[in-house]
Amino acid sequence: MTAVQAVALVAVALGGTAVVFARDPARQALVSSVFGISLAVLFLAFQAPDVALSQVVVGAVALPAMIMLTLRKIIRREEVDRGER
Amino acid sequence: MSSRVRYAVFGTGALGLAVLLVWGLAGLPDLGDFAGRYGHVLAHSAVPQRKATSSISVTTFDYRGIDTLIEEFILFTAAVGVMVLLRVQRAEEEVPAEPEAVRRPTARSASLRSLGAALVGPILVLGIYIVVHGHLTPGGGFQGGVILMTALFLIYLAGSHMNLGRLRPLGAMEASEGVGAAGFAVIGLGGVVLAGSYLENFIAPGQVGYLVSGGDLPLLNIAVGLEVMGALLVVLGEFLDQRLLMKKGQA
Amino acid sequence: MSFLPYGVAAWLLLIGLYGIVTSRNLVHLIVCLTVVQSSTYVLLLAIGYRSGGTAPIFADIPSSRRVVDPIVATLTLTDVVVEATVAALLLALAVQAHRRFGTLDPNEMGALRG
Repeated sequence: MTAVQAVALVAVALGGTAVVFARDPARQALVSSVFGISLAVLFLAFQAPDVALSQVVVGAVALPAMIMLTLRKIIRREEVDRGER
Repeated sequence: MSSRVRYAVFGTGALGLAVLLVWGLAGLPDLGDFAGRYGHVLAHSAVPQRKATSSISVTTFDYRGIDTLIEEFILFTAAVGVMVLLRVQRAEEEVPAEPEAVRRPTARSASLRSLGAALVGPILVLGIYIVVHGHLTPGGGFQGGVILMTALFLIYLAGSHMNLGRLRPLGAMEASEGVGAAGFAVIGLGGVVLAGSYLENFIAPGQVGYLVSGGDLPLLNIAVGLEVMGALLVVLGEFLDQRLLMKKGQA
Repeated sequence: MSFLPYGVAAWLLLIGLYGIVTSRNLVHLIVCLTVVQSSTYVLLLAIGYRSGGTAPIFADIPSSRRVVDPIVATLTLTDVVVEATVAALLLALAVQAHRRFGTLDPNEMGALRG
């Protein structure tokens, strides 16, 4: 196992732990974006460039975007509920 | 069941699972010593048989095409599920859109908006390149489709939410998703008609390294690219429209 | 040392499950689910790796070169995109649940009644 793979594995383990312990969803979206990029580096170190390509775009762009849009929708509804009551 | 009891049950269960996992995973061969014959055969027969240099693409769309077809339909079904959930909710919804005075462009600074607008073209070209060259280099339908989705989503990020209402062709995205999913299944039928079994490669392999090679791999890549791009844009569009909710007469 | 990738996969699985069980917010729960999903990707790619092997793209290397297994890469790359869309479906369900119950806390949600 090369040094790059070992470092990437440790970074992925730390990133996963950070994602779980970031309780606020908005902050968690950004941490999960970093976790996605570290996963992509790990996949590259394991000689799978196709998977790294998929993971970079999905994990760093699409998933955090979906999380933020969901949060925005929920905050908007709470604003309206509070405004009307 | 109160939280404490629940956490205690989870703790014992997780401990047992951890022991089993470590014991099971320790029995695997060492990292790098995997001696699987199937993968070896597939990797080294991609170039001679299909004349395509990317054995991962050949495995995805040719040797294991059925697996990819099923995964594609999972993607399609999930996108349809999001549409059903959020559109039904929109039909009975009472949350109005943000008032006129508050509506503003998505990116506040002009440099961010112009940079975003300038990047749309290159990323679009990059996405098309990766989709079409899937059988030669790392890439293919899935990766290129997600990149294409990013390019089109950048239009929203760099532009004004309101102006996008006419520019974002949601109907075209739904059509693209449908065409991609159906295209994959229909090309498989071509395999039945012309080569004897479903999803069998029925186009001549061509020459190694050329764009038109690998049989029906470029066609399948394009179909999957269209479908992934359409599905992800439809999903993001459904989430976005929730903000854009308007009752009739509140243009 | 060779157990590290398998250990990281097991760790991600367990920490993700812990996050799901102790979560107080549905959106946080769904992101922890993506951590669990990524543990399977790490395990698959670690199994298919061959030492000294390179990516199985023969565009510029001789055909006799040692390459890693292409099958696990196939499984993983379709999986990455599909499970992001499944996570989107779960997020839409979370939006519906919030509309129904007014809260995102799983402990305070009752059963869905007709």
